[in-house]
Amino acid sequence: MIEAGAIDCDVHPTVPGLDALVPYMSDHWQDMIRTRGLDELASISYPANSPITARADWRPAMGKPAGTLEQMRSECLDPFGSSIAICNCLYGAQLLFSEDMATAFSSAVNDWIAAEWLAREPRLRASIVVQTQNVEMAVEEIERCAKNPRFVQVLLLASGDHPLGKRLYWPIYAAAERHGLTIGIHAGSNYHNPPTAAGWPSYYTEDYVAQAQAFQTQITSMICEGVFSKHPTLKVVLLESGWTWLPAHMWRLTKYWHGLRMEIPWVDRSPMEILQSNIRLSLQPTDAPPDPASLERIIEHMKSDELLLFSTDYPHGQFEGMEVLPDGLPKSLVRKIMIDNPRATYARLLEAVA
Amino acid sequence: MNINVEPQPTNRAANRLAIADCDIHPVRRKPDDFDPWLSARWREHLKTFGGLRRLGMQAGPAFPKGQPDAARRDALPPEGGRAGSSLSFMQKQHLDPNKVVFGVLNPLQSGQGVANPELCAALCYATNEWQVAEWTSKDSRLKASIVVPYEFPEACVAEIQRWAGHKDFVQVLVLSRTGEPLGNRRYWPIYQAAAEAGLPVAVHAFGYGGGPITSTGWPTHYIEEMAGHAQSCQAGLGSLVIEGVFERFPGLKIIMVESGFAWAPAFAWRLDKTWKALKAETPHLKQSPSEYLKQHVWWTTQPMEEPEPRTHVLDTIKWMGWDRLLFATDYPHWDFDDPAQALPLPLTDAQRHAFFRDNALAAYGVKA
Repeated sequence: MIEAGAIDCDVHPTVPGLDALVPYMSDHWQDMIRTRGLDELASISYPANSPITARADWRPAMGKPAGTLEQMRSECLDPFGSSIAICNCLYGAQLLFSEDMATAFSSAVNDWIAAEWLAREPRLRASIVVQTQNVEMAVEEIERCAKNPRFVQVLLLASGDHPLGKRLYWPIYAAAERHGLTIGIHAGSNYHNPPTAAGWPSYYTEDYVAQAQAFQTQITSMICEGVFSKHPTLKVVLLESGWTWLPAHMWRLTKYWHGLRMEIPWVDRSPMEILQSNIRLSLQPTDAPPDPASLERIIEHMKSDELLLFSTDYPHGQFEGMEVLPDGLPKSLVRKIMIDNPRATYARLLEAVA
Repeated sequence: MNINVEPQPTNRAANRLAIADCDIHPVRRKPDDFDPWLSARWREHLKTFGGLRRLGMQAGPAFPKGQPDAARRDALPPEGGRAGSSLSFMQKQHLDPNKVVFGVLNPLQSGQGVANPELCAALCYATNEWQVAEWTSKDSRLKASIVVPYEFPEACVAEIQRWAGHKDFVQVLVLSRTGEPLGNRRYWPIYQAAAEAGLPVAVHAFGYGGGPITSTGWPTHYIEEMAGHAQSCQAGLGSLVIEGVFERFPGLKIIMVESGFAWAPAFAWRLDKTWKALKAETPHLKQSPSEYLKQHVWWTTQPMEEPEPRTHVLDTIKWMGWDRLLFATDYPHWDFDDPAQALPLPLTDAQRHAFFRDNALAAYGVKA
């Protein structure tokens, strides 16, 4: 059922360790790493040995899941037959409270990805990792990395210091639009705020479930603040967000827009319409209903066949074996999700890459 | 010539289905309405310091609402005072014409969320006395909520036990934006006391936890706050399930009030998928999250999600079960759902009766 030549919009190369990044850092930061005894920057978003963090059969005997290009080729690119896969590197850089240090580590991650993954594997593309505490520095990083056509997207986290629609972030969207980059928002937080709207949970299970709520918040924020009124061609891709919650959230937001649109007069189309023109979601995880017929109903509720983009979420554990396409996905949608929709979303995939 | 379009109580009620309204907001006529039940010490304290909450504003909202007092403009009582402050006008405008046979009072801005523990408890005590004296004793259709100082669970237990068994009180009321997620063990004495009293715990959207309404800081607009209540309610409900509250208190009923409901099915699917993958973390859970939700949780209907086409919401209700939803109007607030227009879809009589009345009577265990 999988289409040959799919575009996998969410794979996660793992930084093997801080040592791997050191060569990509300035003398000052190399010195700081040694002097201050930094040895790892790992976010709690993915506890190392937790089942979602990596599928059991994608855990190597030695080293980390998705820690080498060889692993990614043999476990993901080859078996799923993908023609392109977009690397979204999840590392602890954005969690740092120092915007200088967060920028230094983000830049190192980007240079490491470019040199050790993109330059060695023609099927790979990547997202530009940026911190968001200092927007000016984020824009500089986007400008720096955008010269490499294999970077196709800017990567933000689902929860940060402020909702992403806030005007202070708009220079990031302007830079992305200027360079034909999409804005990818990936599950995770910089944990500068509690991970739920009601504070810190006791269990990781709650944190992971709550990612869907964070994405709902960001849709609300970006639409209501007018990001898409200002940047009508900007595409935002929600990564590892889940998507079966989408219709219910849009119904609620659209209802309130009818009642309160006088507060946000720049939002001159209904949120549901804006969603359809500007926001996309990756396929995995699919938080599926118990029966395939209900999943078909959810797709009907989405009222568009252009919203979903194929993803394996490799090496995260979201499905068994090759069952990346959930039961209930209409056959007519498969080619759209696997090839057409990603091509329509990522302007840079259409450019020739040397 | 002007035509009077006010509903005519007798005409409108005659061909109407009798309904339950599980979210009605009574307010005080005057700030000193609670005084009869407050000690001199607290009356003085309130005059001098007010009731400080975890909110920056002493007066006025940081997210100004879309309408004065968030109320229907036509709900101002003719004799003066705030919308929702007059029983006689509530009867004339809402209870009689809409044929409400069972109405649940959820007093907001009572004393819940006041940071001073003793003051918070004193205000909740007064609110409960006031509900009986001014509302339920004067109209038997109206039922009260035991308003509790939920950040101070020991005081809640005393207040719940004080009213347990009283015919006018049908639930315990907490707000959704708590200081910690709702399933946190500090709140368990509330659930224990409510379960022992045989009363559901209603979780009404809003609150005073002090943290931002999102996991990513404070939004800008009132519309974002309003949309955001659905996310904060999901966080609270997820916490109740994952912490094992329903395993510990098998008789506990939770009613989510004004949280929206269309998110419930997908939320349950996500909980189930994640729980299945991470099961080892929560061995205290003996069944899937969706099973706990099915057995322990109800939702009030307002604000009804309104998809285009409207029939899509019938899928949602089917997934939740036709017995899960308790009709509510949110009178006298601006986003009031009119029972005549809330679900303009072809329904069977059984569905219509369940949705508008019988589910509420069953969930609260009352006869109309």
